[in-house]
Amino acid sequence: MSNILDIKNWYIKSFESFESSLNGESSKPFHQIRKEAMEKFSQLNFPTTHDEDWRFTNIAPLLKYNFEPAAMAELKTQQTKNFLFENLKGNTLIFVNGFFIPKLSHVKKSNDGIIVCSLANQLKNGSPVISQHLGKYANHREQIFTALSTAFTRDGAFIYVPDNKILEEPVQILFITTTSNKNILSQPRNLYVTGTNSQVSIIERYLSLDDGVYFTNVVTEIYAGENSIINHIKLQEENLKAFHISRTEVDQEKGSNFTSYSISLGGEIARHDINARFNDEGSECNLNGLFLLTGNQLFDTHSLIDHAKPNCSSHEKYKGILDDTSHGVFNGKVIVRRDAQKTNAFQENKNIILSNGALINTKPQLEIFADDVKCSHGATIGQLDEDAMFYLKSRGIGEEKAKAILIHAFASDVVRTIKIEEVKKYLEEVLEKRFNK
Amino acid sequence: MLEIKNLHANVGGKEILKGIDLTVNTGEVHAIMGPNGSGKSTLAQVLAGRKEYEVTKGEVIFNGKNLLELSPEDRAREGIFLAFQYPVEIPGVSNVNLLKTAINEIRKYNSEEELDAMEFMTLLKKKMKLVEMDQSLLSRSVNDGFSGGEKKRNEILQMAVLEPKLSILDETDSGLDIDALRIVANGVNKLKSPDRSTIVVTHYQRLLNYIVPDYVHVLYNGKIVKSGTKELALELEAKGYDWLKEQKEFA
Repeated sequence: MSNILDIKNWYIKSFESFESSLNGESSKPFHQIRKEAMEKFSQLNFPTTHDEDWRFTNIAPLLKYNFEPAAMAELKTQQTKNFLFENLKGNTLIFVNGFFIPKLSHVKKSNDGIIVCSLANQLKNGSPVISQHLGKYANHREQIFTALSTAFTRDGAFIYVPDNKILEEPVQILFITTTSNKNILSQPRNLYVTGTNSQVSIIERYLSLDDGVYFTNVVTEIYAGENSIINHIKLQEENLKAFHISRTEVDQEKGSNFTSYSISLGGEIARHDINARFNDEGSECNLNGLFLLTGNQLFDTHSLIDHAKPNCSSHEKYKGILDDTSHGVFNGKVIVRRDAQKTNAFQENKNIILSNGALINTKPQLEIFADDVKCSHGATIGQLDEDAMFYLKSRGIGEEKAKAILIHAFASDVVRTIKIEEVKKYLEEVLEKRFNK
Repeated sequence: MLEIKNLHANVGGKEILKGIDLTVNTGEVHAIMGPNGSGKSTLAQVLAGRKEYEVTKGEVIFNGKNLLELSPEDRAREGIFLAFQYPVEIPGVSNVNLLKTAINEIRKYNSEEELDAMEFMTLLKKKMKLVEMDQSLLSRSVNDGFSGGEKKRNEILQMAVLEPKLSILDETDSGLDIDALRIVANGVNKLKSPDRSTIVVTHYQRLLNYIVPDYVHVLYNGKIVKSGTKELALELEAKGYDWLKEQKEFA
């Protein structure tokens, strides 16, 4: 398709058939939000490089396709089990093309009120958690991709941990796409909610079964209740032709602790927006990221940490390694509002460029309106440290190996603080494979 | 073992070494002294193969091989070790990992079997005693957050593990208190053997109280202007370098 209007009409038309496929669900209250989001979608424009937030990310290649909303697809256990960390014995939720597949998943029975299931299940049951939280944090009125997600909300991962409960084993969630030669649109929509004094760890993996062109548009809303602890790991490992647009919205109550790792390896164009808000005092937010880019890949990450209340701290650490003609974008915004005294906010973005053709745009943005705060930021772009290279070589270590050691060290600075051993080990292997040829 | 003939080298287009001649035989300890800026460290870096230092003339033969044609890693694998004046900090690379990779790369080059984890740890523990190094430093990143003394000791530990044929100590004594100096010198002395040679580059005579040289050379303005035995070092200590400069200008 050549024309943006046609593309929008294509999605609007798709919405009609989507609506009719919902059957009884369109009578539920959430459907009003879907319809409103679709209305917004029709009014909003796809971003261009004239929009400040998309200045360096041209999504024209994505708009060349008319992606069809994905249909449910069957897979065999054999095809998915290699994607699971087998030493983790917790709940697993497996989605294929955005649809929950109970047969492939493993959900433990729980009588303590913890719910791990598909969003579709909760939408159908008219869960109060849905009406309270779904669509409340990800704004569909301004962001066209969020509007698209909200309009087409049907399935995704749902986790609810009630007050004083701890989910000991991490929940593993796989989002697998299989295209069958169709340009499909997969739109998982996730919601994680924790009650007071609760705790949960969540691992999301985005994977492709083939190398077809498709589009993942995912929105994840996270509500961290008072004093709760949430560890969130997102591994984006889609194929190199996939488009991945994703948004993570985090709402933090008093004394809560949210830690995220966003690891981006795949996608022709991948974008991750992650935004966290402090609603009350004493909270902590740690955003970590690592992106390894090759070929012609484009990865863009935008983050916003909103210090709306005093006595909160945020630490942000993103690292990028760029090879070939890849392009990376880091935009880290931190707002410290007038009332947010005693804020600690630290931000760091470091990048290594391995070839002449690679490019990174990095932009720290601190907006500070309080006067008793500790804030810092730093961004660096560079090649491998020549002194360190010479030092390693002078010990008998060859050029390639010395390079591999230094790149590995650079990246593992992010990886080694991951608390889930299996994930850490896996990522160390990914680094080893990629850089220690 | 090492033969340097008429070596000239530039740094950033400026000639620093202006014709060095030096022969180091197997088993000997040579001290190279001289005032700041005379070219001592440049000589050390040129021998280790730093590419910012451009050799414009002369040759260096190491055990029959043209050293200047070898990459820095191959020089190390042939048995040259430079203890850095300013050891580099490498966050994220553990000391153990560096040493294990280094020793096995060297062994591979020399067609020796690589050490497995157990053999390596046994060797490492033995060598650590030599430099009185705390075990906790091993798992830490290379020189990262080390004190000056710890960094220098770490250099000597690396030397002890890699067992080079020719060690070049570049101002290893600078910034060390007397205890650290003694430990470092003791490490070097214990590694001394009839088939290994050492070049000690230093500004002060102090270190030579502990590492006794067979020969002392004075480097000034890119040339060796005087050579002698260990008594020369004492003479330099007593008189400073100025008398040499004058002598040079007369000559």
